[in-house]
Amino acid sequence: MNRMPLLLTGIFLTFFSAWLGLVAMPYIHLGRFKPQVDDVTREETPPPFSGEALQGATIYAANGCIYCHSQQVRPLEAGADLERGWGARRTVARDYMRDKVAYFGTSRTGPDLSNIGARQPSAEWHYQHLYQPQVVSKGSIMPAFKFLFEKRRISGQPSADAIKMQPPDEAEPGWEIVPTREGKQLVAYLLSLKRSTYPLPEAPEETPAK
Amino acid sequence: MAALAEAQPAKPSLADSIDPSTTESLKYKAERAAIDRSLRGPVLCFIGGAIFWLLLGSLFALIASIKMNVPGFLGDSAFLTFGRVRPAHLNAVGYGWGAQIAMAVGLWLMARLCRIEVRHGGLLYMAFGLFNAGVMIGILAILGGQGTSVEWLEFPTYAALVVFAGFALVAIWAVIMFRFRQPGHVYVSQWYILAAFFWFPWLYATANMVIFILPVQAAVQGPVNWWYGHNALGLFFTPIALATAYYMIPKVIGRPVHSYYLSILGFWSLAFFYSWNGMHHLIGGPFPAWLISASVVASIMMVVPVITTGINHHFTMVGHFNALRWSPTLRFTVFGAMCYTLSSLQGSSMAIRSVNQVTHFTHYTIGHAHLGLYGFFTMIMFGAIYYIVPRLVEWEWPSASLIRWHFWLSAIGVSAMFIVLSIGGLFQGFALEDPKISFLTSTNYANAFLWMRSISGIALTAAHIIFASSFALILLHAGVVRRRPTLLDRPA
Ligand code: HEC
Repeated sequence: MNRMPLLLTGIFLTFFSAWLGLVAMPYIHLGRFKPQVDDVTREETPPPFSGEALQGATIYAANGCIYCHSQQVRPLEAGADLERGWGARRTVARDYMRDKVAYFGTSRTGPDLSNIGARQPSAEWHYQHLYQPQVVSKGSIMPAFKFLFEKRRISGQPSADAIKMQPPDEAEPGWEIVPTREGKQLVAYLLSLKRSTYPLPEAPEETPAK
Repeated sequence: MAALAEAQPAKPSLADSIDPSTTESLKYKAERAAIDRSLRGPVLCFIGGAIFWLLLGSLFALIASIKMNVPGFLGDSAFLTFGRVRPAHLNAVGYGWGAQIAMAVGLWLMARLCRIEVRHGGLLYMAFGLFNAGVMIGILAILGGQGTSVEWLEFPTYAALVVFAGFALVAIWAVIMFRFRQPGHVYVSQWYILAAFFWFPWLYATANMVIFILPVQAAVQGPVNWWYGHNALGLFFTPIALATAYYMIPKVIGRPVHSYYLSILGFWSLAFFYSWNGMHHLIGGPFPAWLISASVVASIMMVVPVITTGINHHFTMVGHFNALRWSPTLRFTVFGAMCYTLSSLQGSSMAIRSVNQVTHFTHYTIGHAHLGLYGFFTMIMFGAIYYIVPRLVEWEWPSASLIRWHFWLSAIGVSAMFIVLSIGGLFQGFALEDPKISFLTSTNYANAFLWMRSISGIALTAAHIIFASSFALILLHAGVVRRRPTLLDRPA
């Protein structure tokens, strides 16, 4: 090929057209959602994250939970997600309007976490699970995140936020295990994940046929 | 090259009129030697840097893989938790090895095909320094807990900027070389390299801007993430590897590319369809249907460029398959070209919604990624290195058996990895889609196969260590003086 202007224009235009379609269009269509406001209670859905939960999202990112967990629920016709009880409906773009970075995920080595805050509302459970996943959930291959905890000598009263772990990882007498600041932020984030537990006009609840 | 052509005497063929550098005259020989000399330092640096990251990336891969079998392995340190080692692997091999070797090979091919010496090579050393510093900062950031967890874009913005600066310098240099090219026909490899060096900075800059810098709601990040993730493969790694195959196959067997028109069709259909790929990674996800459908269609249409290129390469090879016995470059390149056809057709099938439903969140996808990035891209790059380095260091590869070991360990390793990940992924996917089967059963199904993945990973790591030793030996001019290229077998 020796017609250089044709080559260069073609290289530019093919790419530019896709850039318009797959970057600019989503930018316009998916970047400016407003929350749904309840007429009576003035409550907003999706609700905003607390500051601590937003911090927790960065801990989620830092430790790569995304390489095993997704945060998206597929509709009934596109997968068994709802039948597995991972949400009351599919997730839609507006469910992510409060996130700074959304962790949609591509892997399900572990279960989907879109609605883990509703499915598993106990902070205590999450701490125990993060510290000793194989004990809490037999046969799990989730890695332990012991570095999100601190084991320290009890001086005076035991701390209120000490977590009771199961054998073989329980603290020796006179010692206690408490989550670090990062650990607490992470669990605050997990508890706030209730992405598709409420209906939105564009996404009514779906019930899987039993 | 001169030496290889001696082994395969080529009469002046159509290739000579298409690609001036095939003509074996003394004048051209001197010209090529001068070009190689002008590029020697920078290209060898890039190749060396790439091999360094390949080794480190293999180590990360092994650690991550073993962690899937034994969750407690190296479990207590935050630096080496699975969720950090895995992206460290991806970025070390994706950028440190993949992008860097693509730059090295792209630059060398561009200079050879444009028939000009590189001027101000010093700037290329700077690009080398910037790029590797950027990758190093990025990997350390990931291990230190500053990774972004946006797949393929895990480097925090400060590292990404340095990587980008290094890459942009190389891209600009390639374009400048093209502008100063000697008059004559522009060969198909040049189209691909030019396009790749133009597309990739645009892709990388857009993705980092939209996802991390512009304040925009998070739903936009999904499409942009996968537009980038898929097109880094489709519009950068793929064109560079195809450019290499289009150069090496005719070069080694001494015969022109089968059809010029198929080359044109292959190039434009790739540019047109590949750029619209990516959204099929979001099938079932929280995004508008039109967006996903656009990529599903484009992905299936990829059959056109893939079949076209496959036929073109195949018919170029016809009658010369015995050359696979003796030429290291050809052996790696043809293996890679075959994996291109296979992985692309598999990729198109994975964009079909009913297939995707099962495979989407499983190890099947990871098998596909390795078939593409390793079986296809990396093997072709290995082939290119076996061709280029002797010309740069003016020494032949010291040991044919090292090359043979490298080839077989890589070829068998990646095939085995692909097979076990695919089968394990299908088991996992069908279990996930059946709500009567407990979740952990799906994980366990996959894990039965992940053991074998670790073993195939050990084979690949061994291959890389052998390859790196070969590279070190040729740099040291080890072994006996050879007047002819190191061949795997005596040419028939
Ligand atoms: C190597 C893969 C892997 C990584 C990395 C991983 N997990 Fe898990 N996770 C699993 C598996 C497997 C399960 C299911 C078994 C279990 O409950 O432990 C699971 C379960 C969970 C559950 C319970 C889900 C439910 O439905 O009961 C939560 C919560 C969780 N993980 C959070 C996290 C967080 C937070 C991180 C990052 C800090 C993380 N996981 C990292 C594999 C992983």
